[in-house]
Amino acid sequence: MPTPADHRPDPEELLRRVQNTERRESRGRLKIFLGYASRVGKSFRMFDEGRRRKERGQDVVVGAVQREVTPDIAEILSRLDVVPSISTKHAGRTYEVMDMTALFRRHPQVCLVDGLAYDNPPGSRNPQRWQDVKELLDRGIAVISAVNIQHIREQQAEVERITGKRAANSIPQEFLHEADEIEVVDAPPEALVGRTGNKDISDSRSLAELRELALLLAADVVDRQLQDYLEAHDVAARWGAQERILVCITARSDAREMLRSGLRNQARFHGALLVAYVEQPDLRAADRDKLDANLALARELGAEVHCLQGLDFVQTILDFAREQRITQLFLGHSGRPQRAWFGRTPVDRLIDGADGFDVRLFPHEGKP
Amino acid sequence: MSTGTKGRLKIYLGYAAGVGKTYRMLQEAQALRQKGADIVIGYFESHGRQETIAQTEGLEVVPRRILTYNGSEFEEMDIEAVLRRKPAVALVDELAHTNVPGSERLKRWEDVHALLDAGIDVLTTMNVQHLESLNDQVFHATGIHVRETIPDWVVDEADELVFIDLTPRALRNRLERGVVYGPEKARRAMENFFTETNLTALREMALRHTAYEVEEKLVANPAAASETPGAAPDSQTSARTERILICLTGRPSSAILIRRGKRVADYLHADCLAVHVKVNETDREAVERHMSFARNLRIETNVVQSKDAARAITEFARSKRITQIFMGRSLPQPWWKAFRETVVQRVVRQARDLQITIVAERRRSGTT
Repeated sequence: MPTPADHRPDPEELLRRVQNTERRESRGRLKIFLGYASRVGKSFRMFDEGRRRKERGQDVVVGAVQREVTPDIAEILSRLDVVPSISTKHAGRTYEVMDMTALFRRHPQVCLVDGLAYDNPPGSRNPQRWQDVKELLDRGIAVISAVNIQHIREQQAEVERITGKRAANSIPQEFLHEADEIEVVDAPPEALVGRTGNKDISDSRSLAELRELALLLAADVVDRQLQDYLEAHDVAARWGAQERILVCITARSDAREMLRSGLRNQARFHGALLVAYVEQPDLRAADRDKLDANLALARELGAEVHCLQGLDFVQTILDFAREQRITQLFLGHSGRPQRAWFGRTPVDRLIDGADGFDVRLFPHEGKP
Repeated sequence: MSTGTKGRLKIYLGYAAGVGKTYRMLQEAQALRQKGADIVIGYFESHGRQETIAQTEGLEVVPRRILTYNGSEFEEMDIEAVLRRKPAVALVDELAHTNVPGSERLKRWEDVHALLDAGIDVLTTMNVQHLESLNDQVFHATGIHVRETIPDWVVDEADELVFIDLTPRALRNRLERGVVYGPEKARRAMENFFTETNLTALREMALRHTAYEVEEKLVANPAAASETPGAAPDSQTSARTERILICLTGRPSSAILIRRGKRVADYLHADCLAVHVKVNETDREAVERHMSFARNLRIETNVVQSKDAARAITEFARSKRITQIFMGRSLPQPWWKAFRETVVQRVVRQARDLQITIVAERRRSGTT
């Protein structure tokens, strides 16, 4: 039996938000430049921002640099204070580890850290560089960093599907969500093909797919930030840029067709798909079986199924749609082809109440 | 798409004034000039920003021409002069601009097409809120009615689209520092349009739209047939072409209906038609305006004469093998007609074999 869906943010989630807010007040700000391939210009943009901040009087230092830098980055570095990293050898490989002690002592306002997904050698203070960054932030130092989509752990399966390769080092996506700001460094793939550094991904098609992935990831991060901001400031949820589809399942509806269409719309819009039904206690056994079969199908297709409680079917659905910022609601045509002589049908009432979202009615099963 | 002689169009897409679109376009122009390209500035709007003006150094400028309208003088791009000069590449700022009355063409994007037709490559800038299909969503999210719009196909047909990102916080900092506008205008801008929530919502739209354009190019060009991201999970469903019919009336909400229907059709790669059922002569002008608006978005328009709108719509839909009908909500009925069915109710009852989408107006909800 599915548990009743809880539409309000749960207490744990609220606590997380409060803690985040508290932590953010004393913590240094984190800004991350996100790119979809090497050489789109992430590092340049990061160091250039450091240069401009220094010119505006902020105390900026460089904490980590990539081993090879382009001439334009070298030019900027010559104008910035660099806290040299510590070179260590491990198992025949040279590692560059941020000098945390020196950085803590120096305690700048802003620290520039390139190669956020770098793995430190065994025996280091932290296994990974992003954890070093966390420590800097905890000590009130602002960090500007840069990362490539192929190093975001939760995106690596998709990146591997596109490029056939998986980077060994990665950061958790949660760290991206923790950032106060992320900025996308975009460029048309045409500009990258043939440039050194992308020998791995020379195919412009793969680059285009990675580009799309990075843009959508950024859109999701931005969407979450907007919702957090609205909730923190007690502003009613608003429809964002994302399409959010709600498929309403009943005993009578052709769930297969609605779910298929819902999945297709979700895929094409890169939107969210929700499935809901309103619990009806006095359902006939045959209808109950049909409903259960429809819900099983929905779960099989990977949809998030919500069981709603409410005496009034229409009002329950409308309330849920509003809370969930739904933009399209899918529903079966009403049961009878005859017109309702007295009052309006539930479908009529739903259409009347659908403020700010579309209602799409679907034919019933077996109908031509 | 383009013949060998047609110029290439590159668009720098942002989400607000001041994110750095023009600056980036000029940087690229400088790089092209250094490579020896024959490049001129057809139109450029400095807004008095010093860093941007500095980027124009050494670039040839085709002088603007002065037009008098209502006793005031306006400066516009001298399109004839640019065509006569016939450079390899022309820079034309602010693609969404509406020309002053008396110009040969109504819109700057039409001027740009004249340049492309003459074989001139064009670099241009625009903000996401000027996209026709996003007009209602932009109003919904920000409360701003954007009047200058560009049909989506103009952007779809661009050879390259680059998203210029800047975080809302950085943009607001730039406003505070007076980089974007003078102090008084900056203060008003930050209180009204440039709020954190507005900027975040627009930024998400720009990210998603860029991702959409990247994916469209991948779909249109299946050369290396790697698995398309966002492909439908069910190939049978995706193979069947959807055909969408938009039912136009003279009511103002028809504009919303057209934009919404076309947007869904574009995302689903569906054919898109529009029909108006002429019951009598009321609203003739408004209907004609909506029809021409639809044609402008490349929707095939039809008029059917009938006393029975619902029947006419259903029959037309069947004859054109429509899979989905888009309609606006019927106006609330006065009490003495409450027992009569609305057109929507009748279509819903008669076309039970079709998908019917009832589009609600996107009203503003809550506060900012």
